[in-house]
Amino acid sequence: MKRHAPDLIITTAPFLREGSSTPELMRQVLLATIPVVAAGTWFFGFGALLVIFTATVGAVAAEWFLSGNRSGLGTLADGSALLTGILLGLTLPPPIPLWMAFLGGAVAIALGKVIWGGLGHNIFNPALVGRAFLQAAFPEPMTTWSAPVSSWFSSSSPYVAVDPRTFALPLMRVKTDVITAATPLGLAKFQGKGTDLWSLFFGNTGGSIGETCAVLLILCGLWLASRRALEWRLPVAALSSVFVFSSTLHLIDSTRYPGPLFMLLSGGILFGSVFMVTDPVTTPITRTGAWVFGAGLGFLVVLIRIFGGLPEAVMFSILLMNAVTPLINRATQPRTFGY
Amino acid sequence: MEATREPSAQRLILSLSISGLVAGIVLVGVYDVTYPAIQKNRAEAVKKAVFKIYGEHTKGFEVFLLGSDHKTLQAFDMSGGALPEGSTVFGAVDSSGQLMGYAVPAEGAGFQDTIKILYGYDPTQKRIVGMEVLESKETPGLGDKIGSDAKFRANFTALSVEPAIQLVKGKKSGANEVDAISGATISSDAVVKILNRSLDQWRPILAAEAAKKSGAKER
Amino acid sequence: MATKMDDEEKQKLYDEFVKGIWRENPVFIQVLGLCPSLAVTNSLMNGIAMGAAVLFVLVCSSFLISLLRNVIPKPVRISIYIVVIATFVTAVDFTLAAVAPDLHKSLGAFIALIVVNCLILGRAEAFAGRHGVKESVADAIGMSIGFTLALCLIGGIREALGNGTLLGYSLFGPNFEPWVIMILPPGGFLTLGAYLFLFAYFKERSEEKKQRQADAARNLTEGRRAA
Repeated sequence: MKRHAPDLIITTAPFLREGSSTPELMRQVLLATIPVVAAGTWFFGFGALLVIFTATVGAVAAEWFLSGNRSGLGTLADGSALLTGILLGLTLPPPIPLWMAFLGGAVAIALGKVIWGGLGHNIFNPALVGRAFLQAAFPEPMTTWSAPVSSWFSSSSPYVAVDPRTFALPLMRVKTDVITAATPLGLAKFQGKGTDLWSLFFGNTGGSIGETCAVLLILCGLWLASRRALEWRLPVAALSSVFVFSSTLHLIDSTRYPGPLFMLLSGGILFGSVFMVTDPVTTPITRTGAWVFGAGLGFLVVLIRIFGGLPEAVMFSILLMNAVTPLINRATQPRTFGY
Repeated sequence: MEATREPSAQRLILSLSISGLVAGIVLVGVYDVTYPAIQKNRAEAVKKAVFKIYGEHTKGFEVFLLGSDHKTLQAFDMSGGALPEGSTVFGAVDSSGQLMGYAVPAEGAGFQDTIKILYGYDPTQKRIVGMEVLESKETPGLGDKIGSDAKFRANFTALSVEPAIQLVKGKKSGANEVDAISGATISSDAVVKILNRSLDQWRPILAAEAAKKSGAKER
Repeated sequence: MATKMDDEEKQKLYDEFVKGIWRENPVFIQVLGLCPSLAVTNSLMNGIAMGAAVLFVLVCSSFLISLLRNVIPKPVRISIYIVVIATFVTAVDFTLAAVAPDLHKSLGAFIALIVVNCLILGRAEAFAGRHGVKESVADAIGMSIGFTLALCLIGGIREALGNGTLLGYSLFGPNFEPWVIMILPPGGFLTLGAYLFLFAYFKERSEEKKQRQADAARNLTEGRRAA
């Protein structure tokens, strides 16, 4: 049983295009993740790098094992499994046990991609499927955050001494009294505390490994856009939608609802906009569709963050919008020229 | 065996009626046999929870039914083994036959489904002395800690109900404060809401009963 | 002569009995009765109890329906099947509540929902209504054992991963990190999906093997013919 990835380019007219291919696109996005991985390691220490690495190993192993194509590199050659693993790793909390990261990577590929028929057939963003599975399976480790490394070169620095939870044996947990930190969104929601915008901008806050450093994520997004490696309308629509909805609430009651800049710089909305929303498989292919997708995403993020039970909402919002993407595509199909 | 003709309408009606009748008779029989045991199980579950709240000194429990005036309690005879219909509270009795306090059943919306609890209430001290979850479908491992988490349950061993019970996160400072379970704020909040609502109804009634009792003793 | 007949009949009864356990397993192969298979299987004990309840209901109703199959008028047979099944289900429901209140609480509404379990009505309509008493009972026992087996396989995995226990006994010690999702409804779907995947995989493999053997045999005979 041999399965071929379709050689079709699925888009609307015009069909004139430059010679880019899937591996080429993946290579550019992979390049863009390198500084984010580096920043995650800088902020959360060596353990964070291990988490990203293990998640990637899980994803690549699952792809190799399940895709059914064992000649040469098989479907690994397009680099998409590698990217899924790295993106998943970047969305995990720094002190998560490595076995969970591995499991998440494997689930991301197995349930997020292979089960639908491989690259290009999946409805949901694979990395986020893996993360959603982990969130549902291990709610406590998935919401245990560590504070960013404060002093880098001292001997007690967690940069060298990895959080003991990271090395929990498979299926086990390590009980420790290492101090945990809260994310800016968690602080705002549960304790009514704000976080200063400069820390958010430079990333010196608690949070998922890759999501904290706003300035870097913006630069990566701009670089990808300049290389035409992403549809710029998608992130722009998502971010402006968050801005509009959170500003509206902030104007109604500025004491209860945080301002738009806080909403944009905290949590995973920047990371999601640059690396998840721009996934060409699971987001609309039409230009109007891109605006609709982004607007809906921003609305959901603000809605769940402010009125929902959880402090963060980007993962669920993107998955929900992934689900309605086929509908958006159909509704925004441009009219055939001449009719 | 194969009838070429459609069976007559009378035959259809007759066979349906007979099967319904037989089923009805069988079920009445089963119901009759199992009913006392089911009622006893229900009473037993409540009794166990009452004993758990009031600890080892408990020797018995009494059942009180809210009177038709919605203000006074009437003692209910439990020799039949079944709990009465209607609003009831339970009393825990120590070895000398003295009433130690009341146990009040209450329910309300939780995160997933209705949560049913039983709480011990001491009307003279105006505080809650214990809480047991009778029934809940809260998320296993998170919300269901309202029934199992020792730290959370410790909130209810001496919880003042004046002013109304408050849910806090992190530091519990006042005698009327309950520390939420981290990761299960909604379920913790549900318990507090259930308690506050039930107390609004029962506090005046139980206070009046307690006053009556102590008045009788002094006389 | 008589003994040969007996042997044949025994063999037939045995076949009816065995087919439900594996070859025509109601959950994994026929994909019937999924509501209880998914809803109550978050522990092994629930799986066993549900299986036992289904065993009782299925055997009793199969017995009664096959016994009365010539008396029941065809146009109203489904209604009568349902009445018979519902009677047994309600009896089980009351009995469980009286004898094992904790179990009854954890199975909740799903005991009452056995009435609408397509497995039971399916066996009544497809088998018990058309076969003799002995075959029907053999079929019912086999099917419900297959059902119980499936429920236990799902419930065992879900309890082991979701709670770190089997029948309440700790498997991994106090430091186990439970997979909360396995206790929740999605865990049922994931586990059932994994089993269906395995069953389909092995079925395909064995069919491929058969095909290959058949091909080899044909090649052999063709080769001979050519020679």
